[in-house]
Amino acid sequence: MDYAASFYIIAPELILTGAALVLLLFAAWMRDAAKLATVVAITALFGATFWTGHLLLDPSFEMGADAFGGLYRMDDFGSVAKLLIYLATIACLVLTPRYFERRGAYRAEYPVLLLLNAVGMGMMVSAVDLMTLYIGLELSSLSSYVLAAFLRDDTKSSEAGLKYFILGALASGIILYGMSLVYGFSGTTQYVGIRIAFADGLSTGALFGVVFVLAGLAFKIAAVPFHMWTPDVYEGAPTPVTAFFASAPKVAAVAMLVRMAIDAFGAQVEAWQQIVIFAAMASIVVGALGAIGQENLKRVLAYSSINNVGFILIGLATATPSGVSAVLVYLTIYVAMTIGAFAAVLMLRDRDGEQLETFTDIAGLSTVRPALAWGVLLLMFSLAGIPPLFGFWGKFVVFQAAVQADMIVLAAIGIAASVIGAFYYLKFVKVMFFDDPVREAETQSPVGHWVVLGICVLIVSPLGYLLTPWLGAVADSAAAALFTIV
Amino acid sequence: MDFPILSLMLLVPLVAGIACLFLSAPTARMVALVATLIDLALGVLLWVNYDIGGAQWQFTERAELFAVFDYALGIDGIALMLIMLSVFLMPICILASWQGITRRVGEYMAAFLFMELLMIGVFAAQDMFLFYIFFEAGLIPMYLIIGVWGGDNRIYASYKFFLYTLLGSVLMLIAMLWMVNVAGTSSIPVLMQYDFAPSAQTWLWLAFFASFAVKMPMWPVHTWLPDAHVQAPTAGSVILAGVLLKLGGYGFIRFSLPMFPEASAQFLWLVFALSMIAVIYTSLVALVQHDMKKLIAYSSVAHMAIVTAGLFAFNVQGLEGAMVMMLSHGLVSGALFLCVGVIYDRLHTREIDRYGGLAINMPRYALFFLFFTMASIGLPGTSGFVAEFLALAGVYQVSTWATLVLTTGIILGAAYMLYLYRRVAFGVQKNADAAAMSDLSLREWVMLGPIAAAVLWMGVYPESFLAPMRADIAALDARLARAAPEGDSRPQVGTPRAHEANYIEGAHGAAAGASEGAH
Repeated sequence: MDYAASFYIIAPELILTGAALVLLLFAAWMRDAAKLATVVAITALFGATFWTGHLLLDPSFEMGADAFGGLYRMDDFGSVAKLLIYLATIACLVLTPRYFERRGAYRAEYPVLLLLNAVGMGMMVSAVDLMTLYIGLELSSLSSYVLAAFLRDDTKSSEAGLKYFILGALASGIILYGMSLVYGFSGTTQYVGIRIAFADGLSTGALFGVVFVLAGLAFKIAAVPFHMWTPDVYEGAPTPVTAFFASAPKVAAVAMLVRMAIDAFGAQVEAWQQIVIFAAMASIVVGALGAIGQENLKRVLAYSSINNVGFILIGLATATPSGVSAVLVYLTIYVAMTIGAFAAVLMLRDRDGEQLETFTDIAGLSTVRPALAWGVLLLMFSLAGIPPLFGFWGKFVVFQAAVQADMIVLAAIGIAASVIGAFYYLKFVKVMFFDDPVREAETQSPVGHWVVLGICVLIVSPLGYLLTPWLGAVADSAAAALFTIV
Repeated sequence: MDFPILSLMLLVPLVAGIACLFLSAPTARMVALVATLIDLALGVLLWVNYDIGGAQWQFTERAELFAVFDYALGIDGIALMLIMLSVFLMPICILASWQGITRRVGEYMAAFLFMELLMIGVFAAQDMFLFYIFFEAGLIPMYLIIGVWGGDNRIYASYKFFLYTLLGSVLMLIAMLWMVNVAGTSSIPVLMQYDFAPSAQTWLWLAFFASFAVKMPMWPVHTWLPDAHVQAPTAGSVILAGVLLKLGGYGFIRFSLPMFPEASAQFLWLVFALSMIAVIYTSLVALVQHDMKKLIAYSSVAHMAIVTAGLFAFNVQGLEGAMVMMLSHGLVSGALFLCVGVIYDRLHTREIDRYGGLAINMPRYALFFLFFTMASIGLPGTSGFVAEFLALAGVYQVSTWATLVLTTGIILGAAYMLYLYRRVAFGVQKNADAAAMSDLSLREWVMLGPIAAAVLWMGVYPESFLAPMRADIAALDARLARAAPEGDSRPQVGTPRAHEANYIEGAHGAAAGASEGAH
């Protein structure tokens, strides 16, 4: 086995692991290392991003490459997902310090946990072996539990962490049980082997294994009916952590699910297609209906993320290359919209620096902070999928894939349900623009927040459509990578 | 013509709209007015350079900027006329808001300019998805216009407007995706010639119908319109009635009819039935309104029903009548909303009973109001007459019963409009404050005068407006011929005259006196 080649391929993970371990030492010996640790972590993430980009563009890796004897695979699909994950993590790190500093709770462990999380996510999307997958999943999940409870003296944060941990552990257990069944019936943990073993049909036991694995993964992406933890955890966790949960880990979990469904279980599409269709429909409807009565902005965004996962799953349900490509395009736009929305929520503070977290708090915002309000307006219309904003394009490609796969009824129900979602996105606009101010918002926000919000708003603005040829080409080649393995 | 005039018409309001967001109120007003006037000038240029009888699609532009769909623009005569209507009404809308809007003027003007951009885009788009983007995007500025600057119940109205029209439109997107998947192109001119299987047409037609019927609006999905009209500021109502309602009719004439002729014939009964109900029902509802704007809103639904009936008559007269009705209604109902706005600005109420005897203290206003009331009724000499006559002549060839009902609706239309006029302009001056109102200002003259001139022009010499559309309507008629229903009127073709109707004997000097008696 050529270790040098393997290390070359997994260099992004190595960079991040190295940075995390060094920072951990720093944090143990140095006081007030939080700022420095954040800068180092961002640098490391940029390094990993560039390396991933290099691997993506390098023509000699056009067909991808395996590392460590088929435990880990580097291909366009994984690289695109990782780019998204790293960039989202960077954005979250930029948004974080100000939130905690006000409570004096920012410590160097935070960037370290985020780095370890990024390593885990990178492994999740690149794993082509159940064991690698599980290690990546747990590395990511465990650091997430700690992050959710990062405000130790805040009961809500602790509650969120505990809730997330217990339910997450349950899901991990379900996945493990499913994996053991899959292994038992296929005799291998490698995706290629599982695919070959299941090519001639599934026995009942193996089917149970597949269903258990998918159920566990559905928990990780917060698809209905395994979504119950999402609103509570999103509301209780510190807002920057929520922003992170809604972006990078979502990408990782979806990409992991897609790779597993297409690669490992790709010979038995009928076995999981119905499950995915049901989860997609239920997520769209529940995500839209659940958000209607909510008053807390973070809870609304939590339901919004459930709703968006539903649309993403429509792409997966087609089980075609164009469907997978649509999933990646949608994920890209989703990340921009979500990070933008949370950046805006983090910028909403009153004069004393207290976070504004409910609809009543942001009433009449457009008179106090016009620029911020217009940014949120664009993001919300984009989330609702109204053209000419870029969020429409995500829905467009997903539905196009569904129509091409002859799943017209699914597409019709999905798009009709998206109108329900428009209702609560409109509420943001209504509250900010039509109502009179109730609380005084602070008038200044730090540059870092503006930069993140500005980039996200630029992407979702109609200018985003100029990205479509390029985005489509990248997503197509990434999707093709999944289908050429066989 | 190589000069990208359509793109320029899109660019001007875009740039001005973005600029308005950052400008103070007086500057924003001026910028908006200048930008809309530039667009009007460009529109006139467009009309002058339009080659009647030339290529079907003119001023075409094409750029492959996006994946899946193209940035493709181009107009035929139908689109030209509707673009003219939009750019003509826009400066008037800006003038109408000159004093009425005092809050957040920059944002208001920006919303209107974006609206103009999107309306021109809808009519000029030659790619189906580009069309959809412009079509749907119009919801955003209109939502804000109603919600921010609207009346007391504006939030309910804005939600209803947005969700109603969105729900109508989304299924159309799925239908479009299916069509593009089957036909392999998203170019509208190509799709207009593409023959879809009749069984598929049924579903596609219904999906498009859901969208256009809501936009139009047809009974029973018209209920968003009275709410939106009443709550919107005056200029918002003008744009809503003047141009946005035309999107539905334009959709039928551009998509439903040429792309699905068989399905259109199949659902003829549905369209006629809904149109007949709409004309009678909404006219009766309009009779009992106490709110002026609501009354005019219901009259819009009735007029739009004549448009739908005319469109689905499957003959040239019906199609021409429907098009003229759209143009005429755009001008007339826009002007009527402006008339309401003029007195609303003075008294701040739309209650009909609060006015009375305005002809005494506002004679010039009463004159304009009377003129537009007559145009709405369809008095000969105004555009409304041409529209109703052509449309009903077309419908008559298909269904005499439908014509009977629709004509009854027109009589009812005369009833509610004259009743409205009597209560507002005639009678005694019941209220001192209404009696003290001043007559039209110069600004209001400038707003109403051009519309009155256009209405008169269209009523006296409709040929100017019909000529650019003639070839396109003939092409559409030829396309529809294979599915055209057999009418119940069975008109007999008489012996044709030797000369045209306006032939003047003796003008050529030949045998003047001798043949005079023969006629």
